[in-house]
Amino acid sequence: MSIKQTIRRFILENFLFTDDESILEDGDSFLAAGMIDSTGVLEVVFFIEETFGIKVKDDEMLPDNLDSVDCLVAFIQRKQAIVAE
Amino acid sequence: MCGVAGIAALSTRTRISEPDVRRMLPALRHRGPDDSGVYLDPHGRIGLGHTRLSIIDLAGGVQPMANEDRTIWVSFNGEIFNYIELREILLKAGHRFSTHSDTEVIVHAYEQYGDDFVQHLNGQFAIALWDTNRQRLLLVRDRVGILPLFYTRQGERLLFASEIKALLPLLPEAPRISPAALDQIFTFWAPRSPNTLFEGIFEISPGHRLVLENGQVLESVYWDWRFPEQGDYLIGSDAELTEQLYELLADATRIRLRADVPVGAYLSGGLDSSALVALIRRHSTAPLKTFSIGFEDKSLDESAYQQQLVDHLGVEHRRVFCHNRDVAEDFPATVFHAETAILRTAPTPMRHLSGLVRASGYKVVLTGEGADEALGGYDLFKEAKIRQFWARHPKSEWRPLLLKALYPYLETTGAQAKTYLRNFYGIGLDNPHQPGFSHLTRWFTTAQCKVFFSPELTAALREDAVTRLTEQLPPAFGRWHPFNRAQYLEAKTLLGSYLLCSQGDRMLMANSVEGRFPFLDHRVIEFANRLPPRLKMRALNEKFLLKRAMAAHLPRQILERHKQPYRAPDIPAFFSARPPAYVDDLLGEEKLKRYGYFSAKKVGFLLNKARRGSSITYKDNMALVGVLSTQLCHHHFIERFSQTICDIGTPSHQFAQG
Repeated sequence: MSIKQTIRRFILENFLFTDDESILEDGDSFLAAGMIDSTGVLEVVFFIEETFGIKVKDDEMLPDNLDSVDCLVAFIQRKQAIVAE
Repeated sequence: MCGVAGIAALSTRTRISEPDVRRMLPALRHRGPDDSGVYLDPHGRIGLGHTRLSIIDLAGGVQPMANEDRTIWVSFNGEIFNYIELREILLKAGHRFSTHSDTEVIVHAYEQYGDDFVQHLNGQFAIALWDTNRQRLLLVRDRVGILPLFYTRQGERLLFASEIKALLPLLPEAPRISPAALDQIFTFWAPRSPNTLFEGIFEISPGHRLVLENGQVLESVYWDWRFPEQGDYLIGSDAELTEQLYELLADATRIRLRADVPVGAYLSGGLDSSALVALIRRHSTAPLKTFSIGFEDKSLDESAYQQQLVDHLGVEHRRVFCHNRDVAEDFPATVFHAETAILRTAPTPMRHLSGLVRASGYKVVLTGEGADEALGGYDLFKEAKIRQFWARHPKSEWRPLLLKALYPYLETTGAQAKTYLRNFYGIGLDNPHQPGFSHLTRWFTTAQCKVFFSPELTAALREDAVTRLTEQLPPAFGRWHPFNRAQYLEAKTLLGSYLLCSQGDRMLMANSVEGRFPFLDHRVIEFANRLPPRLKMRALNEKFLLKRAMAAHLPRQILERHKQPYRAPDIPAFFSARPPAYVDDLLGEEKLKRYGYFSAKKVGFLLNKARRGSSITYKDNMALVGVLSTQLCHHHFIERFSQTICDIGTPSHQFAQG
């Protein structure tokens, strides 16, 4: 499964409680849509650290990195590229 | 306290039969285990039933009770705390009394004052009064909703009772769960009065009375929470108003210690119950026993604060210890008593607590509910104040940071946290004058649980619960101070519809224990409502005047402690170990699909999350408990309708798999 698919499934099942792919656009803001609250953000970080073997630093806890499927995918790919180097 | 039941004819063709009235009483036996009685009108126009828990005038207070010439009959649940003073006045006016009970005061007060007799009562009550001369039934409930009274129309008859379960034996078929009520519960945490969970079954709203005369039912409001409209608040120095508040609270407490049985008190460790226990100690010489809940989950446990106060005041104290598994195992019985879906398990430990009171030989407890509503204690009021302040300058970066003072765990550094603050707490910031502004964060978060509704349930919803509520607010609402508006919404959505019933009366009465609420004495509320808001919340210091009034009588740690809301374990109670079998059964695909309220697939994902147990959010807790309690209501009152009616009132009535 691709990074995007993995992330999408995680968000759909745990925050939207569905497997209906049509209700989540990759660019949707989690915060603006009320999908994810402050506890939820921790869960997202926890999940991507465990699943993709990366470490999210405090100064990376930014909406630009975490607030949509697209942001998360780009962020994870950047982090994995650094680890690979 | 007691149970009230009855049937009234809505047409001249209808005759009420005594056996029908008697069929209602077994379901109310827990409310009044000491005695029961029925009055049947000679013309069959009405039957009044009563089950009694004897507290005042143990020998003379049998009900239904009549006046001197037996033309006025009353069945009454509750207490009239000023009955001694009222009796004096009525004696002087020429009324003759044959008992010393507070019930008889109601009968004579009605003769003296007509329907306005209720304005003379200081107490908590649900009253059914039959005037034989005028062939007229009056149903009336106390001002804030301490005691319940439900009714439904069934053909040519009006059925009424203290609990919904007493109406069931006379219904031709099981009631239906109302989609609109579920919408309200999954928004406000409770159905909006007069609605109940069930279609066609209503409650008499707090402060309302209902008159049935010539086949017509007329409802009117005799009391409501009211606030100054033109800044005409009470005038006086802080010291004078502090003194007045103290005197009122002392008197409200004093008259609630009137009983022919010993009186205990609940002690949570918070300011309100501590203030109450201190007041009792100062104004009564009787030995006082206090009762509290301890929790296995240390984050919910307040035992240390309770002990501090017990030591300070020298009271005899007992504690019931609440394990997670008790909450899970006893939840079905809680829902049976509450007769509604609930989003919190918190009522269950309250039922354990009243069980401890009863087992200790007590029938009456004083308790601190109402102080937060009347005197301004809730975090939600602070949050609304901060959001109001922020709305004046919505671009401000630092105004929302005040929320940190309120929720210390809230992360406010970093762009992620700032965006969260803005998105969540910033709701409605563009229009801080809208009627529900203070409660939007709570209602919005709760309403997200509606994602679990099945497509059929969602399709059955006709109107938006919040819009409907704001349309029904009193005309003066918009002229009240924002702080007072928040108080009103809290009193109308949560106090009467959840705290005093699902978590209050029903959990007390399940063990035949009567609660008494000095902070809800209407004199206290009316005084508090006229206090300037700055005396309720000074900056972000809640219940400012109450703290001043009690400063000399309580330890500083109690006065300065940050308020801890009463909570019980929700998801962890069910899933920290293997859940009881009924949970898997009722939340399984088959029952979810058959009952039809929730999407089996979505609940399945929620269950996976609950079993995994990590990062359970506030919303997840509410959703799971809400879904489970709705399923339980369907199970108890619809699927097992006939069986429940047969089982009701039998001592062993317990949850059974069906």
